[in-house]
Amino acid sequence: MRSGVIAKKVGMTRLFMEDGKQIPVTVLQLENLQVVAQRTPERDGYTAVQLGAGNAKAKRTSKAMRGHFAVANVAPKRKIAEFRVSPDNMIGVGEEISAEHYVAGQKVDVAGTSIGKGFAGAMKRHNFGGLRASHGVSISHRSHGSTGQCQDPGKVFKGKKMAGHMGAVRVTTQNLEVVRTDAERGLIMVKGAVPGSKGGWVTIKDAVKKKLPENVPFPAALKSAMAAAAAEAPAAEAPAEGGEA
Amino acid sequence: MNLIAQIEAEQIAALGKEIPDFKAGDTIRVGYKVTEGTRSRVQNYEGVCISRKNGKGIAGSFTVRKISFGEGVERVFPLYSTNIDSITVVRRGRVRRAKLYYLRARRGKSARIAEVANYKPGSGAEA
Repeated sequence: MRSGVIAKKVGMTRLFMEDGKQIPVTVLQLENLQVVAQRTPERDGYTAVQLGAGNAKAKRTSKAMRGHFAVANVAPKRKIAEFRVSPDNMIGVGEEISAEHYVAGQKVDVAGTSIGKGFAGAMKRHNFGGLRASHGVSISHRSHGSTGQCQDPGKVFKGKKMAGHMGAVRVTTQNLEVVRTDAERGLIMVKGAVPGSKGGWVTIKDAVKKKLPENVPFPAALKSAMAAAAAEAPAAEAPAEGGEA
Repeated sequence: MNLIAQIEAEQIAALGKEIPDFKAGDTIRVGYKVTEGTRSRVQNYEGVCISRKNGKGIAGSFTVRKISFGEGVERVFPLYSTNIDSITVVRRGRVRRAKLYYLRARRGKSARIAEVANYKPGSGAEA
């Protein structure tokens, strides 16, 4: 199991492909994505990596968190998330992950906090049909209608779908296709929509319901490894890695 | 420029399309690539451009209307579609609206558009 990444939703656009197809894509950006801490079986009883993304002002970071970042020797982060990994896929603390962590054509699951809709009626919240426009219906055209039976059971069952707060919850969209990645700017373009508003943080993971392609990097696409590879073979390696991933 | 605008500008540059200066009211000919089985050819579609949407951006599109065998036909083309082989302006029309949807209700003589007598490309003539 590989680590996921934290990304910022930049917005949506479209890509025109050679065969005339247009693909709607969401642009996600990795911002200084670094490993902040590790969870080890000896200490925590499971294996995971804690990643941090974005830039936070040290002044506005709590003292406790400043200490936590200081242990890892990384700059304060805006967003922190933990990803379960298998023991052989652990990543060292301080390592930076690049966008080539994902390959084009791969399926991913993207989770984020959906846009809040406030107090929403049953029609919007649960796709109820509402009442008729005429035939004696007055004032209650968008109401939910009946919520139960009669004197027996004499109550509304728990979990009845009614009006209430909608949105602003964690939503995962499964099996989105990675269309393109751009390691230089840290961009991952994913086909289709992703939960949350622009500027919101999302987590990307390998799709749980699809097979992982063979050419994905293990344990992760690290910037340090890439720099080492580039230093070894500056001319040969760079185009092979960056080529329209 | 924000990141999305930058990506879109890059893509427009990468597509390398040359889009002539045209607007609603102009008669244009669109060469559209059609694939039949394995071989592909270019099909011409000529008619009046009745609307342009979303400007010069990557999301831009335009609508072309023509009368085909007595039946009005409209097609919407994405401006930067890779299926578009060419766009040529056949005739410049003089109109006072940006969207010529009123042409849908008209036929024959009343659906004519006068030609621009002295066409001058505007300052932002490209696309």
